[in-house]
Amino acid sequence: MELSTQKEISAEIAELQATADPSRSHPDRAFSAYRSTALRHPKHTLVRADPEVIELVSPVYGHSDVAPWESDLTIQHAGVPLGERIIVTGRVVDGEGRPVRHQLVEVWQANSGGRYVHKRDQHPAPLDPNFTGAGRIITDEDGGYRFVTIKPGPYPWKNHRNAWRPAHIHFSLFGDQFTQRLVTQMYFPGDPLFPLDPILQSISQQEARDRLVASYDHEVTTEEWATGYRWNIVLTGSKATRMEQEGDA
Amino acid sequence: MSELHQTPSQTVGPFFGYALPYEGGTALLPPHSPGTIRFHGTVFDGAGEAVPDAVVEIWQADAAGAVVAKRGSLSRDGYTFTGFGRAAVDGWGHFSFTTVKPGAMRAGSAPYILVTIFARGLLQHLFTRAYFGEDDPFLHSLGERAATLFAVEDGDASYRFDIHLQGESETVFIDYGVDVGA
Ligand SMILES: [Fe+3]
Repeated sequence: MELSTQKEISAEIAELQATADPSRSHPDRAFSAYRSTALRHPKHTLVRADPEVIELVSPVYGHSDVAPWESDLTIQHAGVPLGERIIVTGRVVDGEGRPVRHQLVEVWQANSGGRYVHKRDQHPAPLDPNFTGAGRIITDEDGGYRFVTIKPGPYPWKNHRNAWRPAHIHFSLFGDQFTQRLVTQMYFPGDPLFPLDPILQSISQQEARDRLVASYDHEVTTEEWATGYRWNIVLTGSKATRMEQEGDA
Repeated sequence: MSELHQTPSQTVGPFFGYALPYEGGTALLPPHSPGTIRFHGTVFDGAGEAVPDAVVEIWQADAAGAVVAKRGSLSRDGYTFTGFGRAAVDGWGHFSFTTVKPGAMRAGSAPYILVTIFARGLLQHLFTRAYFGEDDPFLHSLGERAATLFAVEDGDASYRFDIHLQGESETVFIDYGVDVGA
């Protein structure tokens, strides 16, 4: 099939957003401008179920699950990776603003040239022998997380002709309930690729899209070392009572 | 008190293979330990093709129906059952876990494994349940489509649970009512 032009994709995005349900925070799984959704979204309406006990708790993580060096993506090899060193920090909270404590945050990303270590990423940007691009953090008492990395580059993909993803870091998050499970992407402020990207634009509301964009924070920036970004994450769960977990203490 | 707004979901993308799988992630207990089963299946798209870039997570009660809350879901000690597992599918869309058959969590409901699917092309993950037993009010409410939620015994201590993202035998996916609006 002939690939669409960016112009065609942009027109399709505008059309889809105009008819989207404005009450949804999450993207529509059937967002056709992102071509891979075509055969991968369910056509039946999802069936409503009450969460049972397993859905109302989450796996329990602890500091034993994650080594301290896993939160610094710049020290995982013999040398220092190329690119702009950054610190990313923020809080993970639930819909009422309560901290999500001692939960696992996983991050992964391309290197500063926009290349993933993954073997299926074959675009001709250099790999960096000193950068893998995967990290893990356990949130603290306040739901806080922090990691050090290299600012990822934008990269091309084959969704349509001349398609480029804005620079982003992938995040995987667990809440206090399994229904809060979230995989998402964090973006960097002011990226000119935002309006062109069908993955970010699959979220119909500007206000909701803005929630995926970190802010530059000079308080986080460290002298002679790294610039800082802040990004807070909200995991709303089902309305049922939150269960206390044995491992919380 | 005003509700905070949900952080939107985004696809896991195609390039998670070096980041999300972890050692022991598919073995909730060591293979061949007493009472373990194989829980496996294939993820299919709407054209009936296997999906080679999906991640499947399972979260379940133990054999007695108790929900475990022990630390160490990521670093396996080879002994403690934590109830959580993660598998990246292989090039043929196949995933396989070593686990135990869960017990029912309450009287009058059938036991199940909660299954979560992430994939390239899936802008928000999907939840479903793999049931070990048919007598359950939720299953009864689904009519014929309930058949998509049964873990099918396909060998000695082996259960198959294929996942169809779309198509004639599309799996029943579950909405827990958590998409709080903007
Ligand atoms: Fe990516």
